[in-house]
Amino acid sequence: MNMDIATSAREDTVYHVKRGGAGEVLDIDNLSLWYGQAQALHNVTMPMEKGLVTALIGPSGCGKSTLLRCINRMNDLVDGLSITGSIKLHGEDIYARDADVIALRKRMGMVFQKPNPFPMSIFQNVVYPLKVDGVRNKAVLEETCERALRSAALWNEVKDRLDQSALGLSGGQQQRLCIARAVAADPEVLLMDEPCSALDPIATAKIEDLISELTGHYTIIIVTHNMQQAARVSDNTAFMYLGRLIEYGDTEVVFQTPKSGKTQDYVTGRFG
Amino acid sequence: MGVINETARDNQAPVARGAAIRRTDMRARGEPALWVLGGALALGIAMIAGFLALVAWNGVMTFIPKPIDVVTEIDGTVTAGEPFREELFRPTAEALAALTPDWQQRIAAADGYASRTLYRTGNFDIYGEDFRWIPDFNVTKRERPANFLFVERLEWGPFVGSIKSVTIDGMERPINSLDDPGFVAAHRASRERWKQANAIEKDDIGAINHQLEAARLELRGVQLNSGRDSAEYRQAQERLEAAAAVQRANYDKLAAQVEELRRLNDGNTVTFVAVGGEEKTEEMAHLVRFYPANALSLGGKLSVYFSRWGEFLGDEPREANTEGGVLPAIFGTAAMTLLMVIAVAPFGVITALYLREYAKQGRLVSIVRISVNNLAGVPSIVYGVFGLGFFAYALGGSIDALFYPERLPNPTFGTGGLLWSALTLALLTVPVVIVATEEALAAVPRSMREGSIACGASKWQTIRSIVLPRAMPGIMTGIILAMARGAGEVAPLMLVGVVKLAPELPVDGLFPFVHLERSFMHLGFHIYDVGFQSRNAEAGKPMVFVTTMLLISLIFVMNVVAIVIRNRLRRKFVGSQF
Repeated sequence: MNMDIATSAREDTVYHVKRGGAGEVLDIDNLSLWYGQAQALHNVTMPMEKGLVTALIGPSGCGKSTLLRCINRMNDLVDGLSITGSIKLHGEDIYARDADVIALRKRMGMVFQKPNPFPMSIFQNVVYPLKVDGVRNKAVLEETCERALRSAALWNEVKDRLDQSALGLSGGQQQRLCIARAVAADPEVLLMDEPCSALDPIATAKIEDLISELTGHYTIIIVTHNMQQAARVSDNTAFMYLGRLIEYGDTEVVFQTPKSGKTQDYVTGRFG
Repeated sequence: MGVINETARDNQAPVARGAAIRRTDMRARGEPALWVLGGALALGIAMIAGFLALVAWNGVMTFIPKPIDVVTEIDGTVTAGEPFREELFRPTAEALAALTPDWQQRIAAADGYASRTLYRTGNFDIYGEDFRWIPDFNVTKRERPANFLFVERLEWGPFVGSIKSVTIDGMERPINSLDDPGFVAAHRASRERWKQANAIEKDDIGAINHQLEAARLELRGVQLNSGRDSAEYRQAQERLEAAAAVQRANYDKLAAQVEELRRLNDGNTVTFVAVGGEEKTEEMAHLVRFYPANALSLGGKLSVYFSRWGEFLGDEPREANTEGGVLPAIFGTAAMTLLMVIAVAPFGVITALYLREYAKQGRLVSIVRISVNNLAGVPSIVYGVFGLGFFAYALGGSIDALFYPERLPNPTFGTGGLLWSALTLALLTVPVVIVATEEALAAVPRSMREGSIACGASKWQTIRSIVLPRAMPGIMTGIILAMARGAGEVAPLMLVGVVKLAPELPVDGLFPFVHLERSFMHLGFHIYDVGFQSRNAEAGKPMVFVTTMLLISLIFVMNVVAIVIRNRLRRKFVGSQF
């Protein structure tokens, strides 16, 4: 996919994508998806650049989580799913017949709606992606653990109890732990599916600061219901509605002078 | 209309107001249902508690030493024995007619019922009976003489009577009291020698027999392999005969030792005299325990009580299982249950894992699931028949043919045994484990699986490191249920390996130390055997309670251990989400 779609307006998507990243990482091209008979995504085309934060907004059921889960093929777990179009990571089609799903997921970190720490110690949680990859070297694991926890702004809070159960942490800490886990294997893309929806405002603020800090290192795609949050943390925003990508472009433009009437209605709170 | 309405309202007003404050309809209230539910629970708890209390009370009371009554009847008969229990009965007309008018009146006043007492008279070798009913109206005198002893001995059941004389080392000695140091020491020495002789016979001579048998089997193996006329056979024969000669020399030495111990014991005897004057001489070695039932202090009573418990828990049974201990049965029950858990846990968990995690959920899986659940309803005796046919005869028969051809026609694995019993019970309890494991797997939050898969873990890695640990408490619950079910099961075991008396434990000092093919004793079967299969049913009855109490305690202990493990796992793996 070429970047010129950003300027050449397609029939039903308005593009005005903000550039400035370090080259294209992810390219969603004409992706359509069906759950059985029901079509959940309609011809979504969306390029993303390295180091930028993209927010996916839209009313419930518009397909933003589905789209996010397509990127690391989490939707494979769903029965009766069919997909057309392609998603390319550095030019490789992740839905190609010979694509290695597990290797793919190792290149992507994912943070979920509810914190989902594993029933093991904090240390084991953070290094889990390395462990499943076969890394056993203790020094590497410890170094990774510290780096990941520091980048998730959790190190100072938990450094003295790394061997305690992760289930004993507070909700906000658990979510930051999940972020640490997601970045532990140094992924290229960080997928966040409403990471703050189960958190209180203070924990949310911490996560948002964290996202701002991670910008530049990682390509982040964040699904959110909270438009202030999208406006605060993202470079580009994609507005989706009924499985279609309506508008995709510079966050400032989307929130202040949206080019599509539907976007305008949504961001001003007229529906959704 | 308006007017009519007004009037109607006026007329109905009191009624309507009454309706408004009428109590809520009974059907809309929850309380009756609550009472039914609570009542059902209370009834259930009362029944369980009552049952446990009955078992515990009888079990705890059994070993308390009872006094000995010496009862004189109208016709002059004198009986000595422990009062065992009392009951009301209806005397025959002839018996009534022979009574004094005073007694006739009293019985008539009680609607024709009189009371009688069952005495445990003992002395079966003299009287030919262990128990005797004596109606209260026949009793002219009831005494509790201090010199009467209750003697527990190795044969013929207990003896009730007093000591006439004591012979130590072939010489008659005057004995002033039971605490006479010479007497106590002689008794102790006799018992020690008896135990020593038994140990030599059982362990040392047993080992020699084992080696002789092993030599015979080896020779038979050589014969099967190379034929009777081969050089190997002759070589083996010579070698083994030389070894056997050494063994036989050892045997003779040991037999002489036993003989010597027995000879020493012959000189230590006690002559008892029963209440009717009959005398009975017993070797001291055969006296397990004796005490002056009517002159026991509290400490003496306690000492008898605990010494009986010690014997019960730590010794082998004697007197057709109605006396002595149940150690082999405790061991057999525990070993069988543990083996069963070892077999059922991985099997059930693996099955459930496949059914829940890998199998494509469809009609076939539903049929499998329903079949598994229905297996839980198959009568357990059917499993016994299956275990005998499949495990013992088919599987065990093949094992014998393959690995133990030299022992045939004597079966090794081709008959009931510990292993087959455990496997049969594992089959019986596997539905419980499968159902519980499936539930536990289904209860693992989807978010955890997704988190792991998003980390790049494969499905198996996810199952191994996230799903299984998280489901472990639920799986343990299933295993606990299976264990409780299996430990209390008797019917199938009677077909696949439980016996009335197993001379050898499944674990001993002879190679290969664990003998899974051996038949074993089981507390559940012991209860049945003591209660319903022994000659002396009345004496066996208290043992039924004690053994039941023991079995329940054993299951309880095993369950508690499993529950403690489960709770630790739960704390570790489940915890609270927030």
